[in-house]
Amino acid sequence: MSEEIVSELMRQYVYRLAKAGQRADGRALAEPRPLSVQTGYVKTAEGSARVKFGTTEVLVGVKMAPGVPYPDTPNSGVLSTSVELIPMASPTFEAGPPRPDSIEIARVVDRGIRESKMVDVSKLVVTPKEKVWIMFIDIHVLDYDGNLFDAASYGAVAALGTTVVPAKTHGLGDDFALPVEHWPVSVTTAKIKDLLLVDPSLDEERMADARLTVTTDENGDIRAMQKGLSGSFTYDEVKRIIETSQQVGASIRPLLHP
Amino acid sequence: MEDVEHIPKKVKLIDEKGVRLDGRRFDELRPIRIEAGVLGRADGSAYIEWGGNKVLAAVYGPREAHPRHLQDPARALVQCRYNMAPFSVSDRKRPGPDRRSVEISKIISEAFSAVVIKEQFPRTSVDIFIEVLQADAGTRCAGLTAASVALADAGVPMKDLVTSCASGKIGGVVALDLNKDEDNFGEADCPMAVVPRTGDLVLLQMDGHLTYAEFQKAMGLSLDATRKIYEMQRDALQRRYSTTLEEILKEPVAPAQGRPEGSTDSIDSEFDMDLGGAGGP
Repeated sequence: MSEEIVSELMRQYVYRLAKAGQRADGRALAEPRPLSVQTGYVKTAEGSARVKFGTTEVLVGVKMAPGVPYPDTPNSGVLSTSVELIPMASPTFEAGPPRPDSIEIARVVDRGIRESKMVDVSKLVVTPKEKVWIMFIDIHVLDYDGNLFDAASYGAVAALGTTVVPAKTHGLGDDFALPVEHWPVSVTTAKIKDLLLVDPSLDEERMADARLTVTTDENGDIRAMQKGLSGSFTYDEVKRIIETSQQVGASIRPLLHP
Repeated sequence: MEDVEHIPKKVKLIDEKGVRLDGRRFDELRPIRIEAGVLGRADGSAYIEWGGNKVLAAVYGPREAHPRHLQDPARALVQCRYNMAPFSVSDRKRPGPDRRSVEISKIISEAFSAVVIKEQFPRTSVDIFIEVLQADAGTRCAGLTAASVALADAGVPMKDLVTSCASGKIGGVVALDLNKDEDNFGEADCPMAVVPRTGDLVLLQMDGHLTYAEFQKAMGLSLDATRKIYEMQRDALQRRYSTTLEEILKEPVAPAQGRPEGSTDSIDSEFDMDLGGAGGP
């Protein structure tokens, strides 16, 4: 994703600003961009959300289908998350099979939802060992202006929160709302030299040395983490990032559920 | 096209009074709304809602053609990718191109090749991306109509916009702009695209069963409809660019206020002040 070249002028500009506690779009260093979430956007999906996070835009659809459970979890529904970085969203995205970038995003989003036990998968069993509900979360990136990890995660969580399981259509009883129990929120921080910036914009992301995504639940407990890029964090930095992620997460959580 | 479970087999698509399941008459379009310039990254973009269809189109280019061996030293390539989101249909579609979307991508590319002035941009590619977010039959027409606006939004020189619509036959009656149920259970569907200024047909497909007279009637309906849709396309572009003009005219009156020092805005306003100083008395 970071195939675009960042000019030295832009690097210096962003760093100089951040050193003074400022950012090009007027935010504070620990401030995410404005988030708007529109659920129920796609009528053909069982749950959906269109998320605008700054100018990054993501559309998430949840489809439910009956299927066979994994042999090691015969009494659980199945979660399947995929991200498509469609070439519409950025001049650097190309059509084709999923590449490492999109697989990483999908897995980090998946992990946040799975490990927080957001959905009670034990209630998605039709016949143990034979038939369970499969949740397909498809994340469609429409406009890429940085920090897809969080935009994708917010879209997926908001879409799951509105999902109705279409049991009637499949002759499996009455429709029911997906059993959602927790609300994980991921917050991504980028490190540029010695500075930490929450929710990096595209320019900030492209010059970041390291990246840390922290997913916390409503109790502030950590449910998933992912460090990325070739730079490193000190332990003190990691602790600061987690504390910020808890605070930012708490401010974002109310926007994700109706 | 795919899901049929909720409709009984022998449903009446059009009643004795000529009223269709969604309340339209045979020559009525579904509601259409077009917006130009909806995406930040793309060079040009457009969004269309056409009945239950929701489709985004984006254009990049003219830019370096990839793969390079496709480059044409005399003119630009026009390449379209039509894609359906997995959640856009009732039974989840597996991500990635299937035979249907490859075919649609090809004929849409060819339709736009007829209007883009390719000779101005040798060795480049004009890339058109159509994403179907929610499908309700007629997605290729909606996509093509939106992509046309996106091309204009990107400033790609064209002979004219391209406008698309379909007609078909339901319950023995030739009717305009079939929805999903009508497409599933109707007798014929005939999508077309036209260059309104010249009347040239740049896309034409048909499946089902039509007599020659019925075909002519269907084409008549579609041609009438494309005149209306053409106006909506032009209106979308005018709305987009008249607003921008207003914004540009407003800019020098209201200087950037309350922005942090050193933000892009204040650099711009410094630049404005310099210009003002040089031109001052």
